[in-house]
Amino acid sequence: MSSPQTLLDKLWSAHEILRRADGVSLLWVDRHLVHEGSHHAFAKIAARGASVARPDNTFAVVDHYAPTRDRTHIADPQIARMIDTLRRNAKDHRLRIFDLHDPAQGIVHVVGPEQGLTLPGLLINCGDSHTSTHGAFGALAFGIGATEVAHVLATQTIWQKKPKAMRITVDGELSSGVTAKDIALNWIARLGTGGAQGHAVEYAGSAVRALSMEGRMTLCNLSIEGGARFGMIAPDKVTRDYVKGRAFAPKGDDWQAAVAAWDALVSDEDAVFETDVHLDASEISPTVTWGTSPDQALPIDATLPDPARQSRQLAETTSEALDYMGLTAGQSLAGTPVDQVFIGSCTNGRIEDLRAAAAVIAGRRAKVPGLVSPGSQMIKIQAEQEGLDKIFTDAGLEWASSGCSMCVGMNGDLVDSGKRCASSTNRNFKGRQGRGARTHLMSPAMVAAAAVCGQICDVRPLLQGRDN
Amino acid sequence: MAGWRTHDGTAVALPLANVDTDQLIPARFMSVPRTEGYGTYLLHDVRRDGTGAMRADFALNNAPQASVLVAGANFGSGSSREAAVYALVDAGFRAVFAPGFGDIFASNAVNNGLLPARIDEATYAEILALAGQSICPVHIDLENGSAVFGDKVVKFALDETWRTKLINGWDDIDLTQQHTSEIAEFENHYAQTAPWAVPAVSD
Repeated sequence: MSSPQTLLDKLWSAHEILRRADGVSLLWVDRHLVHEGSHHAFAKIAARGASVARPDNTFAVVDHYAPTRDRTHIADPQIARMIDTLRRNAKDHRLRIFDLHDPAQGIVHVVGPEQGLTLPGLLINCGDSHTSTHGAFGALAFGIGATEVAHVLATQTIWQKKPKAMRITVDGELSSGVTAKDIALNWIARLGTGGAQGHAVEYAGSAVRALSMEGRMTLCNLSIEGGARFGMIAPDKVTRDYVKGRAFAPKGDDWQAAVAAWDALVSDEDAVFETDVHLDASEISPTVTWGTSPDQALPIDATLPDPARQSRQLAETTSEALDYMGLTAGQSLAGTPVDQVFIGSCTNGRIEDLRAAAAVIAGRRAKVPGLVSPGSQMIKIQAEQEGLDKIFTDAGLEWASSGCSMCVGMNGDLVDSGKRCASSTNRNFKGRQGRGARTHLMSPAMVAAAAVCGQICDVRPLLQGRDN
Repeated sequence: MAGWRTHDGTAVALPLANVDTDQLIPARFMSVPRTEGYGTYLLHDVRRDGTGAMRADFALNNAPQASVLVAGANFGSGSSREAAVYALVDAGFRAVFAPGFGDIFASNAVNNGLLPARIDEATYAEILALAGQSICPVHIDLENGSAVFGDKVVKFALDETWRTKLINGWDDIDLTQQHTSEIAEFENHYAQTAPWAVPAVSD
């Protein structure tokens, strides 16, 4: 009898072409997603005179530099050049490109699932650390660097040492106003940003099962902020219902065969994980980061840490973060005034996120300016059909087109130095949203609450009496 | 990429934890072609003040000859941008010593001949005592996994595969092309067992 296997074991062995004596595997890549930032990798294969091995499995998306306002004229020549370079590479290598004016354009980690390119059981690579998002479908999905992107382009394979298996089980029920984002910020705060380094994280438990695909994607997306290159959730009916009928998803007999194969994609009962972590969903509150690292996160009713009460090493990190963020030790997190808000990104730019934010903001005015950039143009249209755009604009927020936008600021959507932004994104690193920008990560509903209050505040009272 | 076994150079300290890749190279510089060099962008916003002038109190700014960086835990976390490694390599760095690295950063480093040498916190503190205030001569021996900072010998951890790769300067594409028949065999088998795994024709 074979030993019990984890979901990771099953996905790994299904893609393993060979394993070297030193334990490194050569893996088959089912989907390779490229974006403007992949220019280094295309230059590398061009220098070798190599071509793309499997253009039919390679998809290009304009997202990192995508303008979110005027798409007809790109003023910054460097941004225009980045997008043109991707277009040229896609054309030269005969790749399907989701270009700026494509109705299916959006952020690569939103477009993949939305188009049915992301499926359970696949190995998916992209030169972006948030590729872990696709693991929400029970796929083996991980971010890679430019040298590795070049390797996948040239060979449709990747060398990789199998990570260790970690399981994060979240049982119980999330209370109203608490989301997948809060689960993620909680485990990262508990284990630290390096806590899951070298591991693939499988999320399990009743609270995870109860999440929609959108919520599961948010959870897997943030795996990398805890150090894990991989996040994954076993596929189930929620997964199948999401995938079925999407443009590139299997059809007919292929669909039947796929579903049969996906049923086996679950960790065996006695499978052994190197690390097992348990969280109680009912104990999780809306959570907000206060510092410059995603693990510097606290429940909304908490007070900021005091370096004087911490170990010397931790105190230095805390002081530095408080200093950059312009905050005072011991002050309460709630009530911190914000200058602006941002709703969007591969973490929280999906329809459910926009609905959750709109449910808070409907009929209210934002006290600060803000930008809402849907995760894809298809989500933008869906949101407009649902009237969500009107809710945001009536409140005084700006409704824009899709791209990575203010999460990383490459397209010029930046937060000014010293300004404080409540953001539904994934990184509160120094300078991430612009030099000197101060980022507080939180769920889209909490961002909407911050917009309405003009300060960081608890979304739950704002939801009372509202259907959400 | 040329392989290497030993390195004699100069170490400088960046005594900060969680130096993420956004700090190593801010996103706004990443559209530059590699041929133009990335060295000037290394830690761009950390080492300069608001006016763009180099901070006099920042050790790295006083050590242009440094080739070994000593930094705090979780170095290179965050974004997968290989440009963070390009910035280090183009600024003349051959190794980073830290008590832990972001997984993708470490992998990118090895792909560019940059050693991600993992040390424990105690060793980190010892090296800081030597290299924390000013530069310090260093000798690295990849084969036996040791380095000498001043006269202090330290051991570092490095995945065996990465050690071999750094020493040989291997190019993965060349290696993979030696396995063309195994890949073709896998593809044939996979097409039979998982026909649904190819993208369906979009309707």
